[in-house]
Amino acid sequence: MGEAIVITSGKGGVGKTTTTANLGTALALQGKNVCLVDTDIGLRNLDVVMGLENRIIYDIVDVIQERCRTKQALITDKRFDCLHVLPAAQTSDKSEVTQEGMKQIVSELKQDYDYILIDCPAGIEQGYKNAVAGADRAIVVTTPEKSSVRDADRIIGLLEKEEIEPPSLIINRIRSHMMENGDMMDVEDIISILAIDLLGIVVDDEAVITGSNRGEPVALKPDTKAAIGYRNIARRILGESVPLMNLEEEKVTFMTKIKRLLGMGS
Amino acid sequence: MDHKQKVMIKGTRDGLTLQLDDQCTFEDLIEELEGKLSENLVSEEEPLIRVSIQLGYRYITPDQEEVLKEMIREKQHLVVEEIDSKVMTKEAAMEWEQDRSVNPVSQTIRSGQVIDVKGDLLLIGDVNPGGTVRATGNIFILGKLFGVAHAGSSGWKGAVIAASYMEPTQLRISDKISRSPDQEEVEGVYMECGFIDEKEENIRIDRIQKVVKWRPELVSLERRMNHG
Repeated sequence: MGEAIVITSGKGGVGKTTTTANLGTALALQGKNVCLVDTDIGLRNLDVVMGLENRIIYDIVDVIQERCRTKQALITDKRFDCLHVLPAAQTSDKSEVTQEGMKQIVSELKQDYDYILIDCPAGIEQGYKNAVAGADRAIVVTTPEKSSVRDADRIIGLLEKEEIEPPSLIINRIRSHMMENGDMMDVEDIISILAIDLLGIVVDDEAVITGSNRGEPVALKPDTKAAIGYRNIARRILGESVPLMNLEEEKVTFMTKIKRLLGMGS
Repeated sequence: MDHKQKVMIKGTRDGLTLQLDDQCTFEDLIEELEGKLSENLVSEEEPLIRVSIQLGYRYITPDQEEVLKEMIREKQHLVVEEIDSKVMTKEAAMEWEQDRSVNPVSQTIRSGQVIDVKGDLLLIGDVNPGGTVRATGNIFILGKLFGVAHAGSSGWKGAVIAASYMEPTQLRISDKISRSPDQEEVEGVYMECGFIDEKEENIRIDRIQKVVKWRPELVSLERRMNHG
Protein backbone atom coordinates (compact mmCIF):
# COMPACT_ATOMS: atom_id res chain seq x y z
CA MET A 1 0.00 0.00 0.00
CA GLY A 2 1.59 3.24 -1.14
CA GLU A 3 1.49 6.77 0.15
CA ALA A 4 -0.13 9.66 -1.72
CA ILE A 5 1.60 13.03 -1.36
CA VAL A 6 0.11 16.21 -2.75
CA ILE A 7 2.56 18.94 -3.77
CA THR A 8 0.95 22.33 -3.44
CA SER A 9 1.78 26.01 -2.89
CA GLY A 10 -1.21 28.29 -3.36
CA LYS A 11 0.81 30.67 -5.48
CA GLY A 12 1.60 29.84 -9.06
CA GLY A 13 5.06 29.64 -10.52
CA VAL A 14 6.97 28.64 -7.40
CA GLY A 15 7.93 25.28 -8.84
CA LYS A 16 5.28 22.73 -7.92
CA THR A 17 5.50 20.87 -11.21
CA THR A 18 9.31 20.96 -11.28
CA THR A 19 9.39 19.71 -7.71
CA THR A 20 6.94 16.90 -8.51
CA ALA A 21 8.97 15.82 -11.54
CA ASN A 22 12.27 15.91 -9.69
CA LEU A 23 11.11 14.23 -6.51
CA GLY A 24 9.48 11.54 -8.64
CA THR A 25 12.73 11.04 -10.51
CA ALA A 26 14.79 11.05 -7.31
CA LEU A 27 12.48 8.48 -5.69
CA ALA A 28 12.66 6.33 -8.83
CA LEU A 29 16.46 6.56 -8.62
CA GLN A 30 16.12 4.95 -5.21
CA GLY A 31 14.25 2.10 -6.84
CA LYS A 32 10.77 3.03 -5.67
CA ASN A 33 7.62 2.55 -7.71
CA VAL A 34 6.36 6.05 -8.29
CA CYS A 35 3.35 7.49 -10.06
CA LEU A 36 3.08 11.22 -10.79
CA VAL A 37 -0.44 12.59 -11.16
CA ASP A 38 -1.00 15.94 -12.85
CA THR A 39 -4.23 17.53 -11.62
CA ASP A 40 -3.83 20.88 -13.34
CA ILE A 41 -6.65 20.29 -15.78
CA GLY A 42 -6.46 22.52 -18.83
CA LEU A 43 -2.89 23.62 -18.10
CA ARG A 44 -0.97 20.40 -18.05
CA ASN A 45 2.79 20.74 -17.72
CA LEU A 46 4.11 17.75 -15.87
CA ASP A 47 4.34 15.63 -19.02
CA VAL A 48 6.34 18.41 -20.73
CA VAL A 49 8.80 18.73 -17.85
CA MET A 50 9.22 14.96 -17.87
CA GLY A 51 9.63 14.97 -21.66
CA LEU A 52 6.71 12.60 -22.18
CA GLU A 53 4.24 14.84 -23.98
CA ASN A 54 4.39 12.86 -27.23
CA ARG A 55 3.34 9.65 -25.48
CA ILE A 56 -0.04 10.81 -24.15
CA ILE A 57 -3.03 8.85 -25.40
CA TYR A 58 -5.51 9.02 -22.53
CA ASP A 59 -5.63 11.43 -19.61
CA ILE A 60 -7.06 11.71 -16.10
CA VAL A 61 -10.47 12.93 -17.30
CA ASP A 62 -10.72 9.89 -19.57
CA VAL A 63 -10.10 7.73 -16.52
CA ILE A 64 -12.69 9.54 -14.39
CA GLN A 65 -15.28 9.37 -17.14
CA GLU A 66 -14.44 5.72 -17.70
CA ARG A 67 -13.38 6.09 -21.30
CA CYS A 68 -10.35 3.99 -20.42
CA ARG A 69 -8.88 1.99 -17.55
CA THR A 70 -6.39 3.71 -15.24
CA LYS A 71 -3.52 1.55 -16.48
CA GLN A 72 -4.15 2.59 -20.07
CA ALA A 73 -3.69 6.26 -19.24
CA LEU A 74 -0.39 5.78 -17.40
CA ILE A 75 2.75 6.69 -19.32
CA THR A 76 6.01 4.94 -18.49
CA ASP A 77 9.03 7.21 -18.09
CA LYS A 78 11.80 7.15 -20.69
CA ARG A 79 14.47 6.50 -18.11
CA PHE A 80 12.87 4.46 -15.35
CA ASP A 81 10.43 1.59 -15.70
CA CYS A 82 9.29 2.15 -12.14
CA LEU A 83 8.19 5.73 -12.83
CA HIS A 84 4.82 6.56 -14.40
CA VAL A 85 2.87 9.70 -15.17
CA LEU A 86 -0.89 10.12 -15.22
CA PRO A 87 -1.30 13.25 -17.35
CA ALA A 88 -3.92 15.96 -16.90
CA ALA A 89 -6.43 16.71 -19.63
CA GLN A 90 -5.60 19.67 -21.78
CA THR A 91 -8.96 20.27 -23.41
CA SER A 92 -11.49 19.39 -20.73
CA ASP A 93 -13.01 21.60 -18.11
CA LYS A 94 -11.89 21.54 -14.48
CA SER A 95 -15.39 20.65 -13.32
CA GLU A 96 -15.08 17.24 -14.95
CA VAL A 97 -12.83 16.08 -12.14
CA THR A 98 -14.50 15.49 -8.79
CA GLN A 99 -13.09 14.87 -5.33
CA GLU A 100 -14.75 11.44 -5.35
CA GLY A 101 -13.17 10.62 -8.70
CA MET A 102 -9.75 11.66 -7.45
CA LYS A 103 -10.05 9.61 -4.28
CA GLN A 104 -10.94 6.57 -6.33
CA ILE A 105 -8.02 6.96 -8.75
CA VAL A 106 -5.52 7.57 -5.96
CA SER A 107 -6.67 4.61 -3.90
CA GLU A 108 -6.43 2.44 -7.00
CA LEU A 109 -2.89 3.66 -7.70
CA LYS A 110 -1.89 3.09 -4.09
CA GLN A 111 -2.28 -0.65 -4.67
CA ASP A 112 0.51 -0.70 -7.24
CA TYR A 113 2.89 2.11 -6.27
CA ASP A 114 5.05 3.04 -3.29
CA TYR A 115 4.56 6.77 -3.83
CA ILE A 116 1.93 8.77 -5.66
CA LEU A 117 2.96 12.39 -6.11
CA ILE A 118 0.02 14.65 -6.94
CA ASP A 119 0.89 17.89 -8.70
CA CYS A 120 -1.64 20.47 -7.51
CA PRO A 121 -2.80 23.45 -9.60
CA ALA A 122 -2.24 26.98 -8.28
CA GLY A 123 -5.06 28.58 -6.36
CA ILE A 124 -7.39 27.36 -3.62
CA GLU A 125 -10.47 26.52 -5.65
CA GLN A 126 -11.89 23.28 -6.99
CA GLY A 127 -8.63 22.15 -8.58
CA TYR A 128 -6.84 22.40 -5.24
CA LYS A 129 -9.64 20.58 -3.47
CA ASN A 130 -9.54 17.77 -6.01
CA ALA A 131 -5.78 17.41 -5.70
CA VAL A 132 -5.90 17.25 -1.91
CA ALA A 133 -8.89 14.89 -1.78
CA GLY A 134 -6.94 11.68 -2.24
CA ALA A 135 -3.74 12.64 -0.45
CA ASP A 136 -2.35 11.19 2.78
CA ARG A 137 0.10 14.01 3.35
CA ALA A 138 1.08 17.30 1.77
CA ILE A 139 4.26 19.07 0.79
CA VAL A 140 4.05 22.84 0.54
CA VAL A 141 6.47 24.52 -1.86
CA THR A 142 7.44 28.14 -1.35
CA THR A 143 10.13 30.50 -2.57
CA PRO A 144 11.90 33.01 -0.28
CA GLU A 145 9.55 35.80 -1.34
CA LYS A 146 6.97 37.46 0.86
CA SER A 147 4.03 36.88 -1.47
CA SER A 148 4.91 33.25 -1.89
CA VAL A 149 5.32 32.71 1.86
CA ARG A 150 1.98 34.47 2.44
CA ASP A 151 0.21 32.09 0.08
CA ALA A 152 1.99 29.10 1.58
CA ASP A 153 0.69 30.22 4.96
CA ARG A 154 -2.83 30.38 3.58
CA ILE A 155 -2.54 26.91 2.09
CA ILE A 156 -1.16 25.48 5.33
CA GLY A 157 -4.19 26.92 7.12
CA LEU A 158 -6.48 25.16 4.65
CA LEU A 159 -4.50 21.91 4.81
CA GLU A 160 -4.77 21.86 8.59
CA LYS A 161 -8.53 21.53 8.18
CA GLU A 162 -8.13 18.43 6.02
CA GLU A 163 -7.85 15.02 7.56
CA ILE A 164 -4.24 14.53 6.56
CA GLU A 165 -0.88 14.60 8.30
CA PRO A 166 0.56 18.05 9.06
CA PRO A 167 2.21 19.40 5.90
CA SER A 168 5.96 19.76 5.47
CA LEU A 169 7.82 22.48 3.62
CA ILE A 170 10.20 22.78 0.68
CA ILE A 171 11.87 26.14 0.14
CA ASN A 172 12.65 26.44 -3.54
CA ARG A 173 14.83 28.82 -5.57
CA ILE A 174 17.13 29.85 -2.78
CA ARG A 175 19.80 32.33 -3.77
CA SER A 176 22.38 31.94 -1.09
CA HIS A 177 24.23 35.20 -1.73
CA MET A 178 21.00 37.21 -1.50
CA MET A 179 20.09 35.47 1.74
CA GLU A 180 23.51 36.17 3.15
CA ASN A 181 23.19 39.85 2.28
CA GLY A 182 19.75 39.98 3.86
CA ASP A 183 18.10 40.88 0.54
CA MET A 184 15.92 37.79 0.69
CA MET A 185 13.99 36.14 3.47
CA ASP A 186 16.22 33.50 4.96
CA VAL A 187 15.29 29.95 5.82
CA GLU A 188 14.87 30.71 9.50
CA ASP A 189 12.53 33.65 8.84
CA ILE A 190 10.31 31.47 6.69
CA ILE A 191 10.23 28.59 9.17
CA SER A 192 9.46 30.99 12.00
CA ILE A 193 6.40 32.29 10.19
CA LEU A 194 5.07 29.08 8.73
CA ALA A 195 5.83 26.98 11.81
CA ILE A 196 5.90 23.61 10.03
CA ASP A 197 8.62 21.01 9.48
CA LEU A 198 11.20 21.78 6.83
CA LEU A 199 11.58 18.91 4.40
CA GLY A 200 14.33 20.48 2.38
CA ILE A 201 15.75 23.36 0.41
CA VAL A 202 16.57 23.68 -3.26
CA VAL A 203 18.88 26.35 -4.60
CA ASP A 204 18.09 28.45 -7.64
CA ASP A 205 19.94 26.74 -10.44
CA GLU A 206 19.92 27.39 -14.16
CA ALA A 207 20.24 23.68 -14.71
CA VAL A 208 16.64 23.34 -13.47
CA ILE A 209 15.39 25.49 -16.35
CA THR A 210 17.48 23.72 -18.99
CA GLY A 211 16.35 20.40 -17.56
CA SER A 212 12.69 21.37 -17.73
CA ASN A 213 13.03 22.60 -21.27
CA ARG A 214 14.75 19.41 -22.39
CA GLY A 215 12.30 17.19 -20.59
CA GLU A 216 15.06 15.81 -18.39
CA PRO A 217 14.52 16.51 -14.69
CA VAL A 218 17.61 18.05 -13.11
CA ALA A 219 17.61 15.41 -10.39
CA LEU A 220 19.29 13.12 -12.94
CA LYS A 221 22.40 15.30 -12.93
CA PRO A 222 24.18 14.70 -9.64
CA ASP A 223 26.76 17.42 -10.27
CA THR A 224 24.21 20.23 -9.82
CA LYS A 225 23.29 21.71 -6.44
CA ALA A 226 19.58 21.57 -7.23
CA ALA A 227 19.82 17.86 -7.94
CA ILE A 228 21.46 17.26 -4.58
CA GLY A 229 18.64 19.24 -2.95
CA TYR A 230 15.96 17.11 -4.64
CA ARG A 231 17.77 13.87 -3.92
CA ASN A 232 18.15 14.79 -0.27
CA ILE A 233 14.44 15.54 -0.05
CA ALA A 234 13.62 12.21 -1.64
CA ARG A 235 15.80 10.45 0.94
CA ARG A 236 14.03 12.31 3.73
CA ILE A 237 10.67 11.23 2.31
CA LEU A 238 11.98 7.66 2.53
CA GLY A 239 12.67 8.24 6.21
CA GLU A 240 16.41 8.80 6.12
CA SER A 241 17.85 11.57 8.21
CA VAL A 242 19.88 13.80 5.92
CA PRO A 243 21.45 17.03 7.16
CA LEU A 244 20.43 20.28 5.48
CA MET A 245 22.61 21.36 2.58
CA ASN A 246 25.28 23.89 3.39
CA LEU A 247 24.29 27.08 1.61
CA GLU A 248 27.56 28.91 1.88
CA GLU A 249 29.21 29.22 -1.48
CA GLU A 250 32.39 27.30 -1.47
CA LYS A 251 35.19 29.72 -2.23
CA VAL A 252 37.45 28.27 -4.83
CA THR A 253 40.87 29.34 -3.67
CA PHE A 254 44.22 28.42 -5.02
CA MET A 255 44.74 25.95 -2.20
CA THR A 256 41.46 24.13 -2.74
CA LYS A 257 42.28 23.86 -6.43
CA ILE A 258 45.56 22.21 -5.61
CA LYS A 259 43.90 19.98 -3.04
CA ARG A 260 41.38 18.95 -5.65
CA LEU A 261 44.11 18.17 -8.11
CA LEU A 262 45.75 15.97 -5.54
CA GLY A 263 42.42 14.36 -4.73
CA MET A 264 42.44 15.65 -1.19
CA GLY A 265 38.77 16.13 -0.58
CA SER A 266 36.48 18.56 -2.31
CA MET B 1 -58.08 56.26 43.18
CA ASP B 2 -54.83 54.47 43.89
CA HIS B 3 -53.07 56.26 46.71
CA LYS B 4 -49.73 54.62 46.44
CA GLN B 5 -47.43 56.80 44.42
CA LYS B 6 -46.09 55.05 41.38
CA VAL B 7 -43.51 57.69 40.60
CA MET B 8 -41.24 59.21 43.23
CA ILE B 9 -39.01 62.08 42.26
CA LYS B 10 -35.97 62.80 44.36
CA GLY B 11 -33.47 65.52 43.93
CA THR B 12 -29.82 64.71 44.48
CA ARG B 13 -26.58 66.56 43.99
CA ASP B 14 -26.13 64.93 40.60
CA GLY B 15 -29.62 65.62 39.32
CA LEU B 16 -32.94 63.87 39.66
CA THR B 17 -33.71 60.31 40.56
CA LEU B 18 -37.01 58.85 39.40
CA GLN B 19 -38.03 55.84 41.42
CA LEU B 20 -40.68 53.96 39.51
CA ASP B 21 -43.02 51.42 41.02
CA ASP B 22 -42.30 47.92 39.78
CA GLN B 23 -45.70 46.31 40.49
CA CYS B 24 -48.19 48.28 38.40
CA THR B 25 -48.60 48.00 34.63
CA PHE B 26 -46.32 49.94 32.35
CA GLU B 27 -49.27 51.90 30.98
CA ASP B 28 -50.26 53.08 34.49
CA LEU B 29 -46.70 54.08 35.11
CA ILE B 30 -46.42 56.10 31.94
CA GLU B 31 -49.73 57.79 32.67
CA GLU B 32 -48.68 58.90 36.12
CA LEU B 33 -45.22 59.91 34.98
CA GLU B 34 -46.74 62.05 32.28
CA GLY B 35 -48.89 63.77 34.88
CA LYS B 36 -46.03 64.37 37.23
CA LEU B 37 -43.76 65.76 34.58
CA SER B 38 -46.40 68.19 33.38
CA GLU B 39 -46.77 69.72 36.83
CA ASN B 40 -43.76 71.94 37.25
CA LEU B 41 -42.06 73.08 34.11
CA VAL B 42 -38.45 74.13 34.29
CA SER B 43 -37.60 77.17 32.25
CA GLU B 44 -35.55 76.72 29.09
CA GLU B 45 -32.69 78.83 30.42
CA GLU B 46 -31.90 76.43 33.23
CA PRO B 47 -29.06 73.99 32.52
CA LEU B 48 -30.05 70.47 31.52
CA ILE B 49 -30.89 68.32 34.50
CA ARG B 50 -29.61 64.78 34.48
CA VAL B 51 -32.07 62.10 35.41
CA SER B 52 -31.45 58.63 36.61
CA ILE B 53 -34.35 56.22 36.41
CA GLN B 54 -34.65 53.37 38.86
CA LEU B 55 -36.95 50.63 37.74
CA GLY B 56 -36.60 48.32 40.72
CA TYR B 57 -37.54 44.77 39.75
CA ARG B 58 -39.25 45.77 36.54
CA TYR B 59 -37.90 44.63 33.20
CA ILE B 60 -38.63 46.92 30.27
CA THR B 61 -38.22 46.10 26.60
CA PRO B 62 -36.07 48.31 24.38
CA ASP B 63 -39.30 49.74 22.89
CA GLN B 64 -40.62 50.66 26.33
CA GLU B 65 -37.28 52.16 27.19
CA GLU B 66 -37.53 54.34 24.13
CA VAL B 67 -41.05 55.46 25.10
CA LEU B 68 -39.81 56.35 28.57
CA LYS B 69 -36.82 58.30 27.34
CA GLU B 70 -38.85 60.06 24.69
CA MET B 71 -41.40 61.24 27.21
CA ILE B 72 -38.85 62.57 29.66
CA ARG B 73 -37.00 64.32 26.89
CA GLU B 74 -40.14 65.99 25.57
CA LYS B 75 -41.78 66.99 28.78
CA GLN B 76 -39.01 68.78 30.57
CA HIS B 77 -35.58 70.17 30.26
CA LEU B 78 -34.20 66.83 31.32
CA VAL B 79 -31.75 64.33 29.98
CA VAL B 80 -31.85 60.65 30.85
CA GLU B 81 -28.46 59.62 32.10
CA GLU B 82 -29.10 56.06 33.09
CA ILE B 83 -31.86 53.54 33.42
CA ASP B 84 -31.18 51.08 36.15
CA SER B 85 -33.07 47.86 36.65
CA LYS B 86 -32.39 45.11 39.15
CA VAL B 87 -33.39 42.48 36.62
CA MET B 88 -32.09 41.53 33.21
CA THR B 89 -33.08 38.98 30.60
CA LYS B 90 -31.34 35.65 30.33
CA GLU B 91 -30.00 36.61 26.91
CA ALA B 92 -28.53 39.82 28.23
CA ALA B 93 -27.02 37.95 31.16
CA MET B 94 -25.48 35.35 28.87
CA GLU B 95 -24.13 38.02 26.60
CA TRP B 96 -22.67 39.84 29.55
CA GLU B 97 -21.11 36.66 30.80
CA GLN B 98 -19.61 35.99 27.38
CA ASP B 99 -18.41 39.54 27.11
CA ARG B 100 -16.57 39.20 30.38
CA SER B 101 -15.02 35.84 29.79
CA VAL B 102 -11.48 35.17 28.61
CA ASN B 103 -11.39 32.88 25.60
CA PRO B 104 -8.19 30.90 25.24
CA VAL B 105 -7.26 29.88 21.68
CA SER B 106 -4.18 27.86 20.94
CA GLN B 107 -3.23 27.85 17.27
CA THR B 108 -1.31 29.76 14.63
CA ILE B 109 -3.63 32.20 12.91
CA ARG B 110 -2.51 31.94 9.32
CA SER B 111 -3.13 34.14 6.31
CA GLY B 112 -6.84 34.22 5.50
CA GLN B 113 -7.91 32.87 8.88
CA VAL B 114 -10.12 34.90 11.20
CA ILE B 115 -10.70 34.35 14.90
CA ASP B 116 -13.68 36.26 16.28
CA VAL B 117 -14.58 36.00 19.97
CA LYS B 118 -16.91 37.67 22.42
CA GLY B 119 -15.04 38.87 25.44
CA ASP B 120 -11.28 38.79 25.82
CA LEU B 121 -9.06 36.72 23.56
CA LEU B 122 -6.05 34.93 24.95
CA LEU B 123 -4.16 33.61 21.95
CA ILE B 124 -1.35 31.17 22.46
CA GLY B 125 0.38 31.26 19.08
CA ASP B 126 1.27 33.68 16.32
CA VAL B 127 -0.93 35.83 14.12
CA ASN B 128 0.73 35.60 10.71
CA PRO B 129 0.58 38.34 8.09
CA GLY B 130 -2.88 38.21 6.49
CA GLY B 131 -4.44 36.63 9.58
CA THR B 132 -7.02 38.45 11.72
CA VAL B 133 -7.98 38.24 15.39
CA ARG B 134 -11.05 40.05 16.65
CA ALA B 135 -12.56 40.33 20.12
CA THR B 136 -15.25 42.46 21.74
CA GLY B 137 -12.90 42.75 24.72
CA ASN B 138 -9.12 42.83 25.06
CA ILE B 139 -6.66 40.81 23.02
CA PHE B 140 -3.66 39.18 24.66
CA ILE B 141 -1.25 37.34 22.41
CA LEU B 142 1.39 34.99 23.73
CA GLY B 143 3.21 34.96 20.42
CA LYS B 144 4.00 37.20 17.50
CA LEU B 145 1.47 39.58 16.05
CA PHE B 146 2.13 40.17 12.36
CA GLY B 147 -1.45 40.34 11.10
CA VAL B 148 -4.46 42.43 12.08
CA ALA B 149 -5.81 42.63 15.63
CA HIS B 150 -9.14 44.31 16.41
CA ALA B 151 -10.01 44.73 20.09
CA GLY B 152 -13.26 46.23 21.37
CA SER B 153 -14.83 45.22 18.08
CA SER B 154 -18.34 46.14 19.21
CA GLY B 155 -17.29 49.65 20.09
CA TRP B 156 -15.58 49.49 23.49
CA LYS B 157 -12.84 52.09 23.44
CA GLY B 158 -11.19 50.87 26.65
CA ALA B 159 -9.93 47.66 25.04
CA VAL B 160 -6.22 46.94 24.76
CA ILE B 161 -4.07 44.71 22.54
CA ALA B 162 -1.00 43.17 24.10
CA ALA B 163 1.49 40.86 22.42
CA SER B 164 4.81 39.21 23.20
CA TYR B 165 6.08 40.55 19.90
CA MET B 166 4.35 43.27 17.93
CA GLU B 167 4.87 43.95 14.27
CA PRO B 168 1.24 44.24 13.21
CA THR B 169 -0.13 45.07 9.79
CA GLN B 170 -2.91 46.98 11.54
CA LEU B 171 -4.09 47.58 15.07
CA ARG B 172 -7.76 48.36 15.51
CA ILE B 173 -9.44 49.32 18.74
CA SER B 174 -13.14 50.16 18.65
CA ASP B 175 -13.43 52.30 15.49
CA LYS B 176 -9.83 53.54 15.51
CA ILE B 177 -7.32 52.09 13.09
CA SER B 178 -3.58 52.46 13.04
CA ARG B 179 -1.34 50.82 10.49
CA SER B 180 2.31 49.95 10.30
CA PRO B 181 4.60 52.72 8.99
CA ASP B 182 5.54 52.66 5.33
CA GLN B 183 9.30 52.73 5.81
CA GLU B 184 10.92 49.46 5.02
CA GLU B 185 12.57 47.22 7.55
CA VAL B 186 10.57 48.31 10.56
CA GLU B 187 11.58 46.24 13.52
CA GLY B 188 8.85 45.01 15.80
CA VAL B 189 8.73 45.55 19.53
CA TYR B 190 8.67 43.06 22.36
CA MET B 191 6.12 42.97 25.17
CA GLU B 192 4.12 46.00 24.18
CA CYS B 193 0.50 46.94 24.38
CA GLY B 194 -1.74 49.10 22.20
CA PHE B 195 -4.58 51.21 23.59
CA ILE B 196 -6.57 54.31 22.69
CA ASP B 197 -4.98 57.47 23.98
CA GLU B 198 -7.01 59.30 26.62
CA LYS B 199 -7.91 62.05 24.20
CA GLU B 200 -9.25 59.25 22.04
CA GLU B 201 -7.52 60.57 19.03
CA ASN B 202 -5.38 57.62 18.11
CA ILE B 203 -3.97 54.29 19.12
CA ARG B 204 -0.77 54.38 21.10
CA ILE B 205 1.69 51.64 21.89
CA ASP B 206 3.60 51.46 25.11
CA ARG B 207 5.40 48.92 27.23
CA ILE B 208 3.07 46.34 28.74
CA GLN B 209 4.18 47.32 32.24
CA LYS B 210 3.05 50.89 31.68
CA VAL B 211 -0.40 50.12 30.38
CA VAL B 212 -1.66 49.25 33.82
CA LYS B 213 -1.27 52.96 34.53
CA TRP B 214 -3.54 53.83 31.62
CA ARG B 215 -5.96 51.00 32.25
CA PRO B 216 -6.07 50.32 35.98
CA GLU B 217 -9.45 48.62 35.52
CA LEU B 218 -7.89 45.99 33.25
CA VAL B 219 -7.97 43.39 35.97
CA SER B 220 -11.27 44.22 37.65
CA LEU B 221 -14.13 41.95 36.72
CA GLU B 222 -16.87 44.56 36.73
CA ARG B 223 -15.06 46.65 34.21
CA ARG B 224 -17.53 46.15 31.44
CA MET B 225 -20.84 45.83 33.19
CA ASN B 226 -22.10 48.99 31.61
CA HIS B 227 -19.97 49.37 28.54
CA GLY B 228 -22.74 47.91 26.40
